[in-house]
Amino acid sequence: MPIDDSLAGLTLHEAHDLLARKEVSSVELTRSLQKRIAQVEERVSAYLTLTPDLALQQAADADQRLAAGDATPLTGVPAAIKDVLCTAGIRTTCGSRMLENFVPPYNARVVEKLQAAGLVMLGKADMDEFAMGSSGENSALGRARNPWDLERVPGGSSSGSAAAVAADECFYALGTDTGGSIRQPAALCGIVGLKPTYGRVSRFGLVAFASSLDQIGPLTKDVRDAALVLQHIAGHDPRDSTSAPVEVPDYARALTGDARGLRVGVPQEYFHEAMDEGVRQKVEAAIAKFEELGAQVDRKVSLPSTPYALAVYYIIAPCEASANLARYDGVKYGFSYQDGDNMWDNMEKTRQFGFGDEVKRRIMLGTYALSAGYYDAYYLKALKVRTLIRREFDAAFKKYDVLLTPVSPTTAFRQGEKLEDPLQMYLSDVFTIPINIAGLPAVSIPCGFSQGLPVGLQIIGKPFDEATILRAAHAYEQATDWHTQKPPL
Amino acid sequence: MALTPEEVRHIATLARVGVSDEDVRKFQEQLSQILDYFQVLNAIDTTDVPPTAHTLLLHNVMRDDAAGESLPPEQALANAPQRDDSYFRVSSILEE
Repeated sequence: MPIDDSLAGLTLHEAHDLLARKEVSSVELTRSLQKRIAQVEERVSAYLTLTPDLALQQAADADQRLAAGDATPLTGVPAAIKDVLCTAGIRTTCGSRMLENFVPPYNARVVEKLQAAGLVMLGKADMDEFAMGSSGENSALGRARNPWDLERVPGGSSSGSAAAVAADECFYALGTDTGGSIRQPAALCGIVGLKPTYGRVSRFGLVAFASSLDQIGPLTKDVRDAALVLQHIAGHDPRDSTSAPVEVPDYARALTGDARGLRVGVPQEYFHEAMDEGVRQKVEAAIAKFEELGAQVDRKVSLPSTPYALAVYYIIAPCEASANLARYDGVKYGFSYQDGDNMWDNMEKTRQFGFGDEVKRRIMLGTYALSAGYYDAYYLKALKVRTLIRREFDAAFKKYDVLLTPVSPTTAFRQGEKLEDPLQMYLSDVFTIPINIAGLPAVSIPCGFSQGLPVGLQIIGKPFDEATILRAAHAYEQATDWHTQKPPL
Repeated sequence: MALTPEEVRHIATLARVGVSDEDVRKFQEQLSQILDYFQVLNAIDTTDVPPTAHTLLLHNVMRDDAAGESLPPEQALANAPQRDDSYFRVSSILEE
């Protein structure tokens, strides 16, 4: 087959099928994607670092594996990796001046696992600095745009990962999700984004933001692809003591296309007035579609602590961040200011010039909330409310298999719109944050368009039951064609 | 919950983040607004509710104290801003 632009529009599993049937080689597939990147990247800006030579070398290796009959469903299918995941020998910046020239000496566990499966890495994707943000605009090194409207943000913090998948600049991407950073950009870019259960995927080699909330997951063009990628990154890892020794099921088997008998709950607290009318309509229509498909839908579910989740998150996450980011002292790696009066002056200026405003805000918030006299009022209080939030989910999941909610209260917003108002920016994650607080799995899937911009449906599941949310998502996807729509690039 | 400029500077010092006068003005307003928002939690009764630090049912993950591979010194030092032989070089921490 000749190198053809249309190859870039394929899903991961469609690209795999072509490779398996020897209709195209991985090198051809990779060159085709690199051509696509050359055409649209100037407008989309999804990548911080491109690795063209590495990609072609990995593609050649993949072709050997394919020829030898030693391929996995991921072998030779080009991908993007969020720049918060360590890649040995390739700079890993976290979208920060602090790590602009940082070259990790080892790979993240997920990168190792994808390499073992036959990874072809096209490059490292843009992101909000240290994964703190909901628009991509906090990146100090790039400015990813929404492929559906280049004047608008792709969402964040996995901004480049979502933009790259939506713009057909890769077949799939890895992102990370601490408060919505996979699901919200997936929703705003009209693709699928899965946040696995806390503990499902090893975080070894993931640059830490908030260690009790962070989780790695796939951004893909359809639900089958999300299941395939999760299959290859999930599992226990002794190097991450928070990775759970829980068996990983065969996710593809969950994709039955059948939603009959599925017990679906719709928590009322996720449908408040602050939501865009267009988003509400599309999400309501998606819920009705589940009824049509034979699911038992209960719209009267109540999770009364939901309105407190945002405050809980913006205490816990900054507290953990203030501890995690203490490591950036200009001594061992990263940006280092050296012309100060003394050691403290150097350290303070290293952090003053190395970090952007949002990172500083969160470090300072966390420092304040953990400081003597405030610990009980903020951090401990937040951890207690966290217990209530988790209990309410646990109780709901005794009655329902999945919960359906919107992903974000709005569609993609304009660049700059919320940049000077941190609290407004935080509200963009109001529906995704409770899921991280409770450590649950959730997926965002496309469920329509409002004024030409994608809307996402969030499907939330029980801990370690990614299979059921994938089953529900797949059944809905089979009955709709939102996921096949492409942005006008 | 309005922070004073002095409080902002104090927090910045605790966090070892240098701040300009402009930063202090900006963070004073923004952090005060966010701390105000946190007051919503006062409406919730958490008497007798235990805290949840993380959501996994795992405690005290242990492993055998066995020697394994570790990062070779050259790799560990490869990103060092300043090094001296096989050491990280730091500025003096003791006053003359």
